[in-house]
Amino acid sequence: MPARHVVLMTMAGVCGFAVAAVAIFAGISRVEQNRGAPATQIGGPFTLIDDAGVPVTEAALAGKPSAIYFGYTYCPEICPTTLLDLSRWIAKLGPDADKLNYVFVSIDPERDTPQLMHTYLSSFDKHIRGFTGTPEQVATIAKEYRVYYKKIPTQDGSYVMDHSSIIYLMAANRKFVSTIAYQENDAAALAKLRNLLGTTTPSS
Amino acid sequence: MRYLSKSFIVLAVLIAAASPASTQQTGPSIAVERPYARATPAGAQTGAVDMNVDNKSHAADRLVGASSDVADKLQIHETTVVNGVMQIREVAGGLAIPADGSVKLKPGSYHVMLIGLKKPLKAGETLPLTLMFEKAGNISVTVPVQAMTKSDNGGDMSNMHDNHGGAMGHMEMK
Repeated sequence: MPARHVVLMTMAGVCGFAVAAVAIFAGISRVEQNRGAPATQIGGPFTLIDDAGVPVTEAALAGKPSAIYFGYTYCPEICPTTLLDLSRWIAKLGPDADKLNYVFVSIDPERDTPQLMHTYLSSFDKHIRGFTGTPEQVATIAKEYRVYYKKIPTQDGSYVMDHSSIIYLMAANRKFVSTIAYQENDAAALAKLRNLLGTTTPSS
Repeated sequence: MRYLSKSFIVLAVLIAAASPASTQQTGPSIAVERPYARATPAGAQTGAVDMNVDNKSHAADRLVGASSDVADKLQIHETTVVNGVMQIREVAGGLAIPADGSVKLKPGSYHVMLIGLKKPLKAGETLPLTLMFEKAGNISVTVPVQAMTKSDNGGDMSNMHDNHGGAMGHMEMK
């Protein structure tokens, strides 16, 4: 084989490898955009207590797509802002608002009793339900939704919470659809919620 | 004797009134501008006060604490959102206010956190707040409470200050 052909073939091989590498990398990037995991792995069964003090499971969300936010009532800024944003979007959905579930799940179950969740949520849109539970029950749903939360002690012996501050949008068939980021603008958030309305009929 | 004791009282009052100011060479070194608190949801145990702290002196100062009778305790906190995770931290050792500079306490950044609210903060009300500075001493301000309206990254809120907050957020030296 002439030396020239070897060079050409080597070049072709290198190019091929480069194309494959780019394709693999692109694939990885796509997966990472879905928070590092296939969409189907976000969400799962849970047992919690709602803000009326009634035990609930994933069945409480059956039949409708859901917007789920994890936070805590001692949160001075991010959680009330998010719940206020969500309340405004619910209002803008008009009659369609009833076609979705909206849930505020506490990641601070030691302080967030059902009663406190109920009182707290009275300041926001009435569609939003509050779920809390035992620390173990909350740990289970947080793990399923890949929610990060951590208790950070303060000098006075109390604590604050670090936590994921995104709204999870789940289809009626409990499959992960997308997320709304903290302080995402109204147009983008509403487009995602309206898209979620379209997933009412389980499609897969 | 009666006259003398009256004079002493007058003198004592004068000294008391003058002494905090005596730590300032040329008027207040720290100006607290447009303080405001956001109304809190029912049952909320925490609230936050934002403001602009302007240091008019050539020496750096430090906001080391705060007190108010509306909450059990107050701390200086910093909120950040990193990769979608909200983090909140007590600012260790107080918040540095650079010489001839200012620090803005605002959403997504520093705030004075009210912990153990005695009652919800309602829009239209005010709350007293005393800020403790390492050098400038105690500064008391009256903080208006604003509605929990859309913050829009602070844009709408700052407009609200310009319309309403200026007159209410007046400052006085203690």
